[in-house]
Amino acid sequence: MAGKTSRKTIRVDYLARVEGEGALEVVVRDGRVQSAALSIFEPPRFFEAFLRGRAFGEVPDITARICGICPVAYQMSSVHALERALGVTVEGPLRALRRLLYCGEWIESHTLHAYLLHAPDFLGYAGAIDMAGDHGEIVKRGLQLKKVGNEILTLVGGREIHPINVRVGGFYRVPRRRELAPLAERLKWAREAALETVRWVAGFDFPEAERDYLFVALRHPGEYPFNEGRIVSGRGLDIEAADWENHFEEIHVARSTALQARLKSGESYLVGPLARYALNADRLSPLAREAATEAGLGAVCRNPYRSIVVRAVEVLYACDEALRIIESYEEPDAPAVPVEPRAGSGCAATEAPRGLLWHRYRLAEDGSVAEARIVPPTSQNQAAIEEDLVAHIQGCLELPDEALRERCELTVRNYDPCISCATHFLKLTMDRG
Amino acid sequence: MASPTRKPRLAVWKFASCDGCQLSLLDCEDELLAVAGALDIAYFMEATRGRIEGRYDLSLVEGSITTAHDAERIREVRRRSRRLVTIGACATAGGIQGLRNFADVAEYAAAVYARPDYIATLATSTPIAEHVPVDFELRGCPISKRQLLEVVSAFLAGRRPVTPAHSVCVECKLRGTVCVMVAHGTACLGPVTHAGCGALCPAYDRGCYGCFGPKETPNPASLSGRLAALGMDGGQLGRVYRSFNANAPEFRQESQRHGRQDEPQDDQG
Repeated sequence: MAGKTSRKTIRVDYLARVEGEGALEVVVRDGRVQSAALSIFEPPRFFEAFLRGRAFGEVPDITARICGICPVAYQMSSVHALERALGVTVEGPLRALRRLLYCGEWIESHTLHAYLLHAPDFLGYAGAIDMAGDHGEIVKRGLQLKKVGNEILTLVGGREIHPINVRVGGFYRVPRRRELAPLAERLKWAREAALETVRWVAGFDFPEAERDYLFVALRHPGEYPFNEGRIVSGRGLDIEAADWENHFEEIHVARSTALQARLKSGESYLVGPLARYALNADRLSPLAREAATEAGLGAVCRNPYRSIVVRAVEVLYACDEALRIIESYEEPDAPAVPVEPRAGSGCAATEAPRGLLWHRYRLAEDGSVAEARIVPPTSQNQAAIEEDLVAHIQGCLELPDEALRERCELTVRNYDPCISCATHFLKLTMDRG
Repeated sequence: MASPTRKPRLAVWKFASCDGCQLSLLDCEDELLAVAGALDIAYFMEATRGRIEGRYDLSLVEGSITTAHDAERIREVRRRSRRLVTIGACATAGGIQGLRNFADVAEYAAAVYARPDYIATLATSTPIAEHVPVDFELRGCPISKRQLLEVVSAFLAGRRPVTPAHSVCVECKLRGTVCVMVAHGTACLGPVTHAGCGALCPAYDRGCYGCFGPKETPNPASLSGRLAALGMDGGQLGRVYRSFNANAPEFRQESQRHGRQDEPQDDQG
């Protein structure tokens, strides 16, 4: 009997409302949370292995398939890394169109997460479809907002999932100004809906939980970051993407078989909306900054449950930024800059909706991939997720098992983990000692 | 069978995949609530933690079989499903991860993971139909959400889905797109590729890259002759068929005609 009270294992075998499949296990001994392990049983697909030997031009079509939720992020990190390897720079309207495409993905992915995956936790529903029974108009607003993101992806990228129009050097075809005009009208509606979304989610009841995270995100001299910038942290790190491997590493954690990215000093860190906001709030548009202040976010938000508010602010920013890009868009002379194959190496990081996504490629003389390395945001956040579970679950141990399980799931969903992306995750085996 | 008093139960299952095809259901922003009204969404982990145990009237299966555990799991899904429909190139042809079927999976694991001995995976990535009987296969990487709605509607009406098996070329003609291969000499897999995307790539001034897999009775050998005349060498011809549907038999055989001599020959067909 004593054993029963002193030891408890909470298991969630299938995490719902995350992209991909994973499980988590929290072990409690004598009233203390001893460990928390997020386990990923997403089968490995070996992208970095089969990219070898492919021509550089094939890469963005292939890397898109790492994630159906954020294919643009994979395309953007790969084309920027390859362009560095090939000595090409994409500027002007083509650069702006890439930013517009990324706006579409942020709107689509963040709205999916906020309305369909995360909000049901705060309002006590199993999913958005149940939520629609009581909050029909709100769910419809979320779906329409998400649809505007998808309309950007469809027009600029060709389709919502696995866009076909992205290439090294630019695009295959660029939109005419008149094609973008109807999108601008939709975006004006979306900007209002995004503002209402910020107010809606800001009113949720959030658990009090702050941790002193080490935030890591891109920072650009003039923009809220999508495709470009230096990798910076809240504690003074400031490096080029090419230096990532000098400062970070993927390591095996004791008693686990998962690879987790950490700083070489051993610290865990956090990428994603909270990190981007903490390091770039001054780069938001005035409207988004105002909405963030009104929502009570302050200069830095350290409560991971409030990440839904930051996502809503980023959706508002993406609508605002998409409108700015469309209004100032000049049709380029050519859809892409010329690219010649050559040997070389290149790294790039871009801001996927879930956080920093780092790619490195080495090309052979004929322009084929000799080596590829991809570090997705969810593998960088895994250590922080597990530390959050240990920290936050401790205060909720008196809850009945089912409620505690739901709290664990909510804690994981704060990160919008994209498990399909996490090419480095392995199935984790717990030592329950 | 669904009784007249209850709505048909829908389940959505995931195997090795990117989640994009099941996301297509959530991307039906205008139709999602209507679909949810016509069906009980009984198991859909990407969307809801609510679940109904037992049997399902329609199971949509995304992803390919790459682990021993998944080979068992798909049998259980089949046992519990009245109708089983595969959605997308992974479930229907093994997906991009099926490139391991042309390689040594132990070498792949060593290239990606520091401790390849921790990796439990099969040497192959195989479509669902190699493991259990499948009632219908929906093509595409990703699937078209319009076609997904057609499949669900057809199921509700008790009829067979209408998803033409002709080539992308037919879709270009229907759309009025000028042929990129004839007019611009752009390499295009349209003549051998299954319709369904709406001939997207040629409308964006690029050649089709075959993400819907082979059409019915394709003639890839003839197309390869044309692609070679446009300047593709043997290596490129081997790779062009070897992407998201690399293990669809017609694409696999054609890629092997141009592939390296030292790789495993067709032993799956």
